[in-house]
Amino acid sequence: MSDIVDFLPTLLQGALITLQITLGAAVLGLVCAFASGLAAVSGNRLARAVSRVYVEFIRGTSALVQLFWLFFALPLVGIRFEAMAAGIIALGLNIGAYGSEVVRGAIRAVPRSQVEATIALNMSGYQRMRRVILPQAVVGMLPPFGNLLIELLKGTSLVSLITIADLTFRAQILRASTGETATIFLLVLGLYFVMAYASTLGMRALERRAAASIGQRELKVDRSKVIAGTVVS
Amino acid sequence: MTWDWEFVAEILPELLRGLVVTVQATLVGAILALTLGLVFALLRRSQLAAVRVPTAVFVEFVRSTPLLVQLYFLFFVLPSWGVLLSGFQAGVIGLGVHYATYTSEVYRAGIEGVPRGQWEAATALNLPRSRVWRSVILPQAIPRVLPALGNYVIAMFKETPLLSAITVAEMLAVARDIGASTFRYLEPITLVGMLFLVLSLVAAVPLRRLERRVGH
Amino acid sequence: MAIDNSPEVASRPQPSAGDMVRFEKVVKQYGDNVVLRELDFRVAPGERITLIGPSGSGKTTILRLLMTLETCDGGRIDVDGESLTHMSRGGREVPADEKHIRQVRKKIGMVFQQFNLFPNMKVLRNVAEAPMHVLGMPRAEAETNARRLLDMVGLAAKTDAYPSQLSGGQQQRVAIARACAMQPKILLLDEVTSALDPELVAEVLNVLRDIAASTDITMLCVTHEMKFARDVSDRVLMFDQGQIIEQAPPDKLFSDPDHERTRSFLRAVLEER
Repeated sequence: MSDIVDFLPTLLQGALITLQITLGAAVLGLVCAFASGLAAVSGNRLARAVSRVYVEFIRGTSALVQLFWLFFALPLVGIRFEAMAAGIIALGLNIGAYGSEVVRGAIRAVPRSQVEATIALNMSGYQRMRRVILPQAVVGMLPPFGNLLIELLKGTSLVSLITIADLTFRAQILRASTGETATIFLLVLGLYFVMAYASTLGMRALERRAAASIGQRELKVDRSKVIAGTVVS
Repeated sequence: MTWDWEFVAEILPELLRGLVVTVQATLVGAILALTLGLVFALLRRSQLAAVRVPTAVFVEFVRSTPLLVQLYFLFFVLPSWGVLLSGFQAGVIGLGVHYATYTSEVYRAGIEGVPRGQWEAATALNLPRSRVWRSVILPQAIPRVLPALGNYVIAMFKETPLLSAITVAEMLAVARDIGASTFRYLEPITLVGMLFLVLSLVAAVPLRRLERRVGH
Repeated sequence: MAIDNSPEVASRPQPSAGDMVRFEKVVKQYGDNVVLRELDFRVAPGERITLIGPSGSGKTTILRLLMTLETCDGGRIDVDGESLTHMSRGGREVPADEKHIRQVRKKIGMVFQQFNLFPNMKVLRNVAEAPMHVLGMPRAEAETNARRLLDMVGLAAKTDAYPSQLSGGQQQRVAIARACAMQPKILLLDEVTSALDPELVAEVLNVLRDIAASTDITMLCVTHEMKFARDVSDRVLMFDQGQIIEQAPPDKLFSDPDHERTRSFLRAVLEER
């Protein structure tokens, strides 16, 4: 039992790093997801093509490969990132590609009749997107975003392989120095689980608020849509 | 430092050997994930709480925690409990069990998507439980979710580089070794990325066709 | 509000040079299916016309073309003296661009069969949103105007509700207020009561009767509600396979149609009531 007390401080510090990276990558990912998702539904052919290339490229390659490439390969052509930055950028771009498909799908899921109503009221394209389509689309984005957030949280463990002192890294260090493998790894798994659960609760609260913004009490989630295509790496 | 095509030609055979390991790991892991996932899905529908609840807890726990840490657990912790696994064995078990938790959700959605009326008809015909599953439910549940299952197999393929952390000589591990000994990381890692990209895109083609046939 | 059934209705001015709506040789097809073949028809300012006919005859297509929800494959459409489908550029006539279309579209409003209210906005905002952002009305003025319109349709008490909390009849009345808030010259009504439970139909039709009686807005209705058509219309047009096969004031068309197709259609529709 005293082992746990010894391990906890350093593991919690690692957890803090994990959360920082998760947050940073989540923000970057959100920006990329919206930029790419909106480009994918726009009338501009070039924008649609750029978005498609971004999404297919990222989703077609492995997250760890992308991370290593950013950290090991890029310096050789002159672009050097320090570890934290490389981690956040790689994970952010990665999750942004998956998020882009969520944004695109949610916008296209808004019924065509809403578009027709905005045409009948002579709204401009910008007004239509900003005031009617996006607010409704965002409501449908929340459940898949919740899943992606958990994938991102798990994905941050990869940064331990480029020597960032996150939760997984510290677990390895402790293992090497104390040999108390079972306790350490069970603790670490437990800490990740707690963070994931907290994130799920947070997302559910957000979903309830979103449901309220369209006058419903609970969001109706189509489970089958939530499953397909929400895996990182 | 610029791109060196001669170097690429030199290292390609080695990388392709790594690819073989990658593909092997993916196939074994996929078989495990696809069968175990179905088992999990069925167990979670059990009438006995003693079966249902621990399964659900286990599945949620594995699904919410990183695969990398689970791989470390299998590779480093099990030996102290007397179970010695090689890197490859720990790798495919870790991959398979982790992805079984995803596929179990897919199977669950497929099973729940079978219309109620099918169950009722089976009851009306007094079919035994196992027959209902074998002849009525699963044949309707599984085809519809094959695309989603296929997507997860491709996802597993792309997660195999994690196995490099437990000494498996798959593609990325080979690339890193080349980089470490020649100090040229650009070509090996880029090549690995390209190989993943090409293979995933190629694997996606039959999957898209399957999606359309199944009516997505 | 008195309903204007007087004989004067039947002698309103016939379509003339100052047409509010003019369709000239309009063609519309979906794939191989030609819905409108070189259709010509006109509507005078302030006129109330009802379009009846079997489904697929093209009546809804006419409304959708006018509201620019579809584009026509041939011919031209003019609204209040301006072309909806074409514009002049460098002395020549070319197909209209989005900017031009928006300019002309200002005069047209539409109420849909499925109401199409914005679920992410409360009732008041649904009505005030477009006047604020499209007409540039200041918020206070737009909201006052919206409240007035909602009061007119009998929903003053529901300004703070979300559409999902209202009945179908209430939602449709909000939709009518929303369309009127844009002060259109032409109001298009596309089967606005067909999606409602029977007991909710009357409240919506009464609102439309009020509007017909108290304003001189031009109205084009597609409906199966024959009594309503009779009360409100100056002219009823019977469509079949993309052509107008008969048009007349309601008293004439409903009681003594000339065309056999019109007779059989009316028989079938009146029988199911």
